[in-house]
Amino acid sequence: MFADWPILSLLIWLPILGGFLVLAAGRDAPHVARRLGLAVAVATFVASLPLWFAFERGTAEMQFQELASWIPAFNVNYHLGVDGISMPLILLTTLITVIVIIAAWESVKDRIAYYMSAMLVMEGLMIGMFAAMDAVLFYVFFEAMLIPMFLVIGIWGGPRRVYATIKFFLYTFLGSVFMLVALIWMYIQSGSFLIQDFHALQIGMTAQILIFLAFFMAFAVKIPMFPVHTWLPDAHVEAPTGGSVILAAIMLKIGGYGFLRFSLPITPDASAVLDTLMIVLSLIAIVYIGLVALIQSDMKKLIAYSSIAHMGFVTLGFFLAFYIYRNTGDWEGASLGIAGGMVQMISHGFISAAMFLAVGVLYDRLHSRQISDYGGVVNTMPWFAAFFVLFAMANTGLPGTSGFVGEFMVILAAFKADFWIAFLAATTLILAAGYTLWLVKRVIFGAVANDNVASLSDMNRREFFLMGVLAFFTLLLGVWPAPLLDVMNATIDHLVAHIAHSKL
Amino acid sequence: MTFEIPNFLPAVPEMFVLGMACLILVIDAFLPDSRRDITYGLVQATLVAAAGLTLWMMGPETVLTFSDSFVKDPMADILKVAVYVTSFLVFLYARPYLMERGIHKGEFYILGLFAVLGMMIMISGHNLLTLYLGLELLSLSSYALVAFWRDNTRATEAAMKYFVLGALASGLLLYGMSMIYGMTGSLDIAVIAAELVAADETLNIPLVFGLVFLVVAIAFKLGAVPFHMWVPDVYDGAPTAVTLFIATAPKIAAFAFLMRLLVEGMGPMHADWQGMFVILAVLSLAVGNVIAIAQTSIKRMLAYSTIAHVGFVFMGILAGTDSGYASAMFYVIVYAITAAGGFGMIVFLSRKGFEADQIDDFKGLAKRNPWFAFIMLLLMFSMAGVPPTVGFYAKLAVIQAAVGADLVWLAVVAVIFSIIGAFYYLRVVKMMFFDDPREDAQEPVQPSGALATALSINGLAVLLLGIFPGLLLSVTHYAIMG
Repeated sequence: MFADWPILSLLIWLPILGGFLVLAAGRDAPHVARRLGLAVAVATFVASLPLWFAFERGTAEMQFQELASWIPAFNVNYHLGVDGISMPLILLTTLITVIVIIAAWESVKDRIAYYMSAMLVMEGLMIGMFAAMDAVLFYVFFEAMLIPMFLVIGIWGGPRRVYATIKFFLYTFLGSVFMLVALIWMYIQSGSFLIQDFHALQIGMTAQILIFLAFFMAFAVKIPMFPVHTWLPDAHVEAPTGGSVILAAIMLKIGGYGFLRFSLPITPDASAVLDTLMIVLSLIAIVYIGLVALIQSDMKKLIAYSSIAHMGFVTLGFFLAFYIYRNTGDWEGASLGIAGGMVQMISHGFISAAMFLAVGVLYDRLHSRQISDYGGVVNTMPWFAAFFVLFAMANTGLPGTSGFVGEFMVILAAFKADFWIAFLAATTLILAAGYTLWLVKRVIFGAVANDNVASLSDMNRREFFLMGVLAFFTLLLGVWPAPLLDVMNATIDHLVAHIAHSKL
Repeated sequence: MTFEIPNFLPAVPEMFVLGMACLILVIDAFLPDSRRDITYGLVQATLVAAAGLTLWMMGPETVLTFSDSFVKDPMADILKVAVYVTSFLVFLYARPYLMERGIHKGEFYILGLFAVLGMMIMISGHNLLTLYLGLELLSLSSYALVAFWRDNTRATEAAMKYFVLGALASGLLLYGMSMIYGMTGSLDIAVIAAELVAADETLNIPLVFGLVFLVVAIAFKLGAVPFHMWVPDVYDGAPTAVTLFIATAPKIAAFAFLMRLLVEGMGPMHADWQGMFVILAVLSLAVGNVIAIAQTSIKRMLAYSTIAHVGFVFMGILAGTDSGYASAMFYVIVYAITAAGGFGMIVFLSRKGFEADQIDDFKGLAKRNPWFAFIMLLLMFSMAGVPPTVGFYAKLAVIQAAVGADLVWLAVVAVIFSIIGAFYYLRVVKMMFFDDPREDAQEPVQPSGALATALSINGLAVLLLGIFPGLLLSVTHYAIMG
């Protein structure tokens, strides 16, 4: 019954307009801003539920499509639609935004209306990006979300926020403009900005490689891959808790989404040629960045590096496809790798959000993110410690949590490709266990380290609720990933069938 | 010999503006200083009425008159409307600035109106002489405008510089025109184009020789590198109200001038001038964006940013396709609207005895007046070309033209420099939102009613045109392709 409703437009514009409403109504009334912001976020989340329930499994077609002419001079349309890849990401976005809004309830004190409104506008823009079927529309949302994020880090961030936010903006801007040139080039070839027309476009090898590199610049910066990852630790450390959560839980996924939506289907031959590069960079991210995470003394930085390592799994899963085909002659394992990458993205959305919220909980109390300032937190905050250990375990990929499912699928796929790739990828389990458990040991366990820790009070109801919701989804996805895989399967199979055909 | 009465109809807006300018000049002479608002009101009414006339007479056909020396076509109509609108905004922004400095004189508006007339003639010129006359009317009015704050030495210095260099450029232009006239035997744009098609190879070298002078003169007037030296000095030295004027509407007219002269007249030599424009575009993008980073004065920063924007406009033109010209036209109109807003913000922050011409002056604006900090944010992101502001579509359009002309490398160069450019626009946003107000400027600022409304509309237009860019893009495509 929902298939004809303009749900996607509603999901885009409700938070954007709601965000401006919050700004207008709540500028001098923080209470109004909080309640209104929450109302808009919850309404958007509820409005996004029909996507999940009315989504037709078993087809790779774009669903919930909306089409309106937008810029006739360039044949650009306001064309929305979702498939099995984008739909789960949209739901993740609406859920995480609710959490971010609640998390800001007391911890953001300065200009709360602006903060709420920036988060809501960003939500609308991110949903728009996931739902866009037109390349210009995609690009507009893709770039526009930089503006609110730029302000969020710059206004509510830590001491080096200006450096971090300008670095964040310029890095992502740098990556994306080359993609713009590539999109325009394909428009000149095909006469249309529809992404699916790009998928069907026959492109020569040289052009494919250049286009692949342009996309690579855009998405590798975003996800981020080694060696263009350096903006992420800076941005995470300086961003306020909510900014970090959005950044880790959703914005990083945009890079992965872009690889699936653009790089693989548009330039399959270039991807096949350059997949070794991608796999090597992914493995470097997994192993080297994992080692870097070990030595961090700042909790947020540690989690930021662990995010990069986990995203290495995503890119590894995506680009294993061609390697598997070369080795085994069939495409069966390819789907497994891509699906594993997708599950890893969703799961990381929950886990990283929870980890950053946990750091936020501590930071709100002691205003320090240094590991050395803590110790023995379990003695004063038992509930918090329980959640922290749960999410730490999920982060290391403990079976039963969502962190396990994606990594397991990707490692399984890697075995079909090459034993050594699988071996290196599997080291992450040890490394992740190393840095996460060591973090837990130093922060949570042991004797109470100092008077500050002794004075800590456990989580309040609001914080408990946030952690509980995220824990629920982490465990649910860990023990029962089938519904999520059901949603994605048809789309991923279609994608694999598509990239199996050369476009030369 | 019979004397034919020319068809005056296509030139009615020009004649109307001329008549009104003379009339207002006389009226103004009899007004006491306290009643200058009458002059202001009359000038604004003239612009509105001229816009009405032009819109009313708008039609799809091309009409030539005055022995084919004057043309009225969709491009002319649309560009004229754009000139009226930007000039209207400029006069509106300028008024409070002039009043606070005690230089609220009728001359400003009347010279401005004559400049508008010059621009109209440039837009509709179809003969080398008409084009030149229009350009000179605009230039002479502009020199006088820059100099009209007599007691200000910096303004006077800027006017001298502007005049000397502008006269040099005019000389170069005339020289180039004389070469073209000598080779083709005509001053008429259409005849020149036809002669060029028919011209044999031996004429090529003298023709290119003349062409070089035309291109140099145009580059000079638009402020493209390496003929940009005057731009920062004049923008910085002139009173902000005048900078506002010379940085906006004349760019639209200069675009039309370029279209008439090079595209319609020298179109058959596109292959020759394309290369020159590639060099000018790349240099302008590079020098404009890189040097803007080092500026501490916002007026100089915007001057260098103008230079970079001219590079983008050239990118659209040198593609040599109709969609390229349309995108350049879109770009120049968008630039004029955005620049008007940007300089308008400087006026807004300035007050009696204080020029807000340093980037520092924007510090903490988000705390002093959040709404106008938001407006400035929109303007800056539009100049940087970040969606959803209209500046993005302007860049999209010209890059699309360049890629369509197989100049992918030029598109890549352009986007690289636009990233460099993004930095200095971001810095303004950073000052406004992340920094605290300066010690000496803590109190909230609130502009007067008309200025506040116009600035708000101007800033929101940048956003709304960005959310619905289809209409303006279609209009520019219609203007070029019919």
